[in-house]
Amino acid sequence: MSIIRVENLTHVYSQGTPFEKVAVDNISVEIGRGEILGIIGHTGSGKSTFIQHLNALLKPTSGRVFFDGKDIHASKETARDVRFQVGLVFQYPEYQLFEETVFKDIAFGPKNMGLSEAEIAERVHEAAGFADVPESLLEASPLELSGGQKRRVAIAGVIAMMPQVLILDEPTAGLDPVGRESILQKILDYRRETEGTILLISHSMDDVARLATRLLVFDKGRIAMDGTPAEIFDRAGELKAMGLTVPAATEIALALRRRGVDIPESIYTINYLRKQLVSLREGGGAC
Amino acid sequence: MLKDITLGQYFPGNTVIHRLDPRTKLLGLICYIVALFLAKSYYSYALMALVLVTLSVLSRIRPKTLLSGLKPLIFIVIFTGVINLFYGSGEPLVQFWIFKITANGIRTAVFMVLRIMLLVCGTFLLTYTTSPLQLTDGLEKLLAPLKVIRFPVHELAMMMSIALRFIPTLIEETDKIMSAQRARGASFDTGKLTERAKALVPLLVPLFVSAFRRADELATAMECRCYHAGIGRTRMKELHFAARDVVALALCAVLIAAVSVLRHYGL
Ligand SMILES: Nc1ncnc2c1ncn2[C@@H]1O[C@H](COP(=O)(O)OP(=O)(O)OP(=O)(O)O)[C@@H](O)[C@H]1O
Ligand SMILES: [Mg+2]
Repeated sequence: MSIIRVENLTHVYSQGTPFEKVAVDNISVEIGRGEILGIIGHTGSGKSTFIQHLNALLKPTSGRVFFDGKDIHASKETARDVRFQVGLVFQYPEYQLFEETVFKDIAFGPKNMGLSEAEIAERVHEAAGFADVPESLLEASPLELSGGQKRRVAIAGVIAMMPQVLILDEPTAGLDPVGRESILQKILDYRRETEGTILLISHSMDDVARLATRLLVFDKGRIAMDGTPAEIFDRAGELKAMGLTVPAATEIALALRRRGVDIPESIYTINYLRKQLVSLREGGGAC
Repeated sequence: MLKDITLGQYFPGNTVIHRLDPRTKLLGLICYIVALFLAKSYYSYALMALVLVTLSVLSRIRPKTLLSGLKPLIFIVIFTGVINLFYGSGEPLVQFWIFKITANGIRTAVFMVLRIMLLVCGTFLLTYTTSPLQLTDGLEKLLAPLKVIRFPVHELAMMMSIALRFIPTLIEETDKIMSAQRARGASFDTGKLTERAKALVPLLVPLFVSAFRRADELATAMECRCYHAGIGRTRMKELHFAARDVVALALCAVLIAAVSVLRHYGL
């Protein structure tokens, strides 16, 4: 059974003013348990608006959202409960840190859940481990950390609630390659251990190509495409028309095919591309 | 909820009102306020309301938008009305316990409420139709004579324009931080008063941190572009009075005159 079901969701900002803006336009989608769902789309296509509906932060202008079969806006309590089940890490989450120490900041979520001190401490240490926050930093002030460290603390703050669904809004934006790599790796590790559902918004096609089991492509507030990475990246022309790119590996493979090199379609990770090229040479192919 | 705050918001447009010189609009607002305080009768208040409606039609600002500016002030408006209602002098119409309502009291209450509402709406009309930049430019020009007594007019105008510029940014930022903390189970609108006050910490700390960071960045950016206040600064857009400004100012004078005449005849 799907864990999240969205029915005819529409969201209009500043309705009834000159600044009215339809950010999400009649979206219906089901998200299955254990999926790693990549969400891509041009700037302003409504991705952030969409995900804020999944944990009841935004109320739909029309349409409904179900978590585990229950309408999340059924009452005030269900809306708050669902926030602990659907953890959301915002874009640039480092600006939300406020406590005196990193430990207390990560503990904010579990504390709001009403857990005991011992449970809270356990969760903080566990979450810090997942998000790669060294134990030595736990007593530091969040304000004196580097940007990448703050980002990890913020992610740990959400993981500490042990949500069934973890949503990350551009978790690697503005990080250096090493930082990106480590965060992505940590997300995969987390997924492997908890078998949770992950939603990942990213502007990096290479990132989603590597991680996602399924992709949603947003365009002007609608879902323009929905499918496996292979299916999506086969439609390179359409993606480009929406102002998106394809992963570097796909780009290279397409260029090679155009020159008559005999490699399969739907190549979207560097690893797979390398494998194909190596096997081509061993087989004594066109190169 | 925060989106309701329209203070300092500007609705771009290209109507006559939008195109008026900001100095004219500022002077116009002052005239309107003076006229409001001269008004003493239902006739003159009707005239003042008519002026406001005309202006809002001319500037294509919907009455609903204009009235929504009153929302945060609703308590003050009601409070003023009720206080004035019970403090009238003369023969009581209704009396209970220590309260008495007189015809005079009702009259004052209605007038006070009307006065506040018209005043606020008039002021909002100015900010809705004038960009913050124009507004401070106009203010700086109008206050220029005060430079003679070393009053820091330019600095004041600069501070005002920066403040106005950052109101929407800060509101947006507040909204974002609130959402982020709500996502971790914080709740800002339930619980006892002390709990609610405590709940503000996760909001205010990041907000202040980011406000200081922004101020710092802005100062650096201004310095990098060799900003210095005071003499010798020229501007890209000079303000010019046009024919329509003369007409508008003349109409303002007529309004004050009209209300004065009405007042003179006890109307
Ligand atoms: N709080 C808000 N008030 C009014 N309009 C908004 C608000 N937040 C977003 N919008 C508008 O809604 C549209 C969708 O925004 P959203 O943030 O969901 O896009 P996005 O796909 O996340 O973009 P990005 O990739 O840049 O993060 C945009 O046009 C934006 O201007
Ligand atoms: Mg976004």
